[in-house]
Amino acid sequence: MLFRPLKGGPVVRHILLIGFGLVMLYPLLWMISSSLKPEELIFREPGLWPSEITFENYSEGWFALKHPFGYYLWNSAVITGLSVVANLVACSLAAYAFARLNFPLKAFWFAIMLGTIMLPHHVTIVPQYIMFSELGMINTIWPLVMPKVLATDAFFIFLMVQFIRTLPRELDEAAEIDGAGYWRIFIRVVMPLCMPALATTAIFTFIWTWNDFLSQLLYLNNPDNFTVPVALRTFLDASSDSSWGPMFAMSIIALGPIFGFFLAGQKYLIRGVATTGLK
Amino acid sequence: MTEVSVAVKPGRAVQEPARRGRTRSTKRSRREARAAYLFLAPWFVGLLVITIGPIFASLYLSFTDYSLLEEAKWIGFDNYVKMFTEDPRFVASLKVTTIYVIVSVPLQLAFALALALVLDRGLRGLPLYRSIFYLPSLLGGSVAIAILWRKVFGAEGLVNSVLAVFGIQGQGWVGHPDYALGTLILLHVWTFGAPMIIFLAGLRQIPSSYYEAAAVDGAGLLRQFKSITLPLLTPIIFFNLVLELIKSFQSFTQSFIVSGGKGGPADSTLFYTLYLYLQGFKNYDMGYAAAMAWVLLLIIAGLTGVNFLASKYWVFYGDTK
Repeated sequence: MLFRPLKGGPVVRHILLIGFGLVMLYPLLWMISSSLKPEELIFREPGLWPSEITFENYSEGWFALKHPFGYYLWNSAVITGLSVVANLVACSLAAYAFARLNFPLKAFWFAIMLGTIMLPHHVTIVPQYIMFSELGMINTIWPLVMPKVLATDAFFIFLMVQFIRTLPRELDEAAEIDGAGYWRIFIRVVMPLCMPALATTAIFTFIWTWNDFLSQLLYLNNPDNFTVPVALRTFLDASSDSSWGPMFAMSIIALGPIFGFFLAGQKYLIRGVATTGLK
Repeated sequence: MTEVSVAVKPGRAVQEPARRGRTRSTKRSRREARAAYLFLAPWFVGLLVITIGPIFASLYLSFTDYSLLEEAKWIGFDNYVKMFTEDPRFVASLKVTTIYVIVSVPLQLAFALALALVLDRGLRGLPLYRSIFYLPSLLGGSVAIAILWRKVFGAEGLVNSVLAVFGIQGQGWVGHPDYALGTLILLHVWTFGAPMIIFLAGLRQIPSSYYEAAAVDGAGLLRQFKSITLPLLTPIIFFNLVLELIKSFQSFTQSFIVSGGKGGPADSTLFYTLYLYLQGFKNYDMGYAAAMAWVLLLIIAGLTGVNFLASKYWVFYGDTK
């Protein structure tokens, strides 16, 4: 390229970027290294390489709560898995209608849908809680999964509408001439082409649901139903300010799946952010 | 009344022949509409039951005294009046959140833009850097990272042990009312990766011929940035600003975990949403929490509205497109 924002060429830029990247990632790397250190070394050694490696923090943290940590991982996995499936189905159904079908008041409903993206969650949280508690659904997965089944994550509807609009309409029309109905066109023509958008939706739903704290804190208050974030919070309340090794170990396990999905789905994540401005 | 019906009738009569000529397509469009409503059925139910219904329910509740166990009692504007006149913690939470938003959002966007500029235009290893800088955005909202933050800035934490290397005696940053909010602001800035990626996508839209032409005219790098990059990027800056303002006003997890669910020390990290949670789900003062939620909605709507109005004066949408 002819023009560079910084003088001194790419070498200087690389040095700056690597330095900055290290500073940014240092807390994370430090947490990983600390989780492998004996407790008394965590504060004394700010460096990354542990002088003594132990897995005691992991075994201690795993059994520190009422259930082994794997139990909470499983609870989180169930809620997250169901949320992903629900979002994929419900949001793609709605997106197809908005992107391809004509119906009365379409512009109006589309505007409403966009409006709900901007709506602060807190405005609905109190009545939702009352509703789910009247229905006897506190401490069940329903308050967490039901909204996804009902396509309330309008972000993803928008994302898929944007994507479907880029697909050539001739494909739909060809299928229609062959006698396919809307359902068939949706399943056989549009959905297979939507894989990138579906992947983005799945990965983001996974990460957001896995990280979600507020709703899980509200609706899950029996230790038998705890998910990872709520369990970590209980862990934090129970441990003293000097016992951090096991906490770090479990925090790293909690971050593991997100990191895995990040590595596997970077392409979709970055494309999703770039096109719609999702977090 | 009669006048209206007279006025309508001829219109209908005129439309009639055209309609008959399109019976086939009308039939088709009716079938299409029916299909559309079926596809949208889950969304409609959700809109009604999970979103619209609760919005109005919370508006109603905001005018009541309600604790989940007893009937809601209508008290008019009492909740709203109490908030601003008798509740110093509410005022504190509003102040804390405002400072948090006003400081952390511009800082975060500045970092995002700066890094996007450095990464733009043919730098080797861009995907790797982009991923590294983006990672904190994904992790930042989690409980695990909030726990890490509490320890990094704790009395016996990473920051202090680094300072100790230089012989400086640090203090418990998260435990000090003057610094606790600062650590949360840093956490927000740390997640600049998402807006950075949006900036990068925006930068790529600027044709390099603009820069070449400017260079031919003798414009230096700074001039090019001021006259080309910045104006053409204003729509993206605006987009990021609106999005981040809305989002950061609703931050919850960080303040909850870092302060142990209390918003301390001395309410210095009492985020608005944390206080709403405490009122609604710890004190079970759900009427009050609903009123707080509506104030939050009005603040966010107002802020977004002002943003859109102000955008006329600084956002450049180009005159050719």
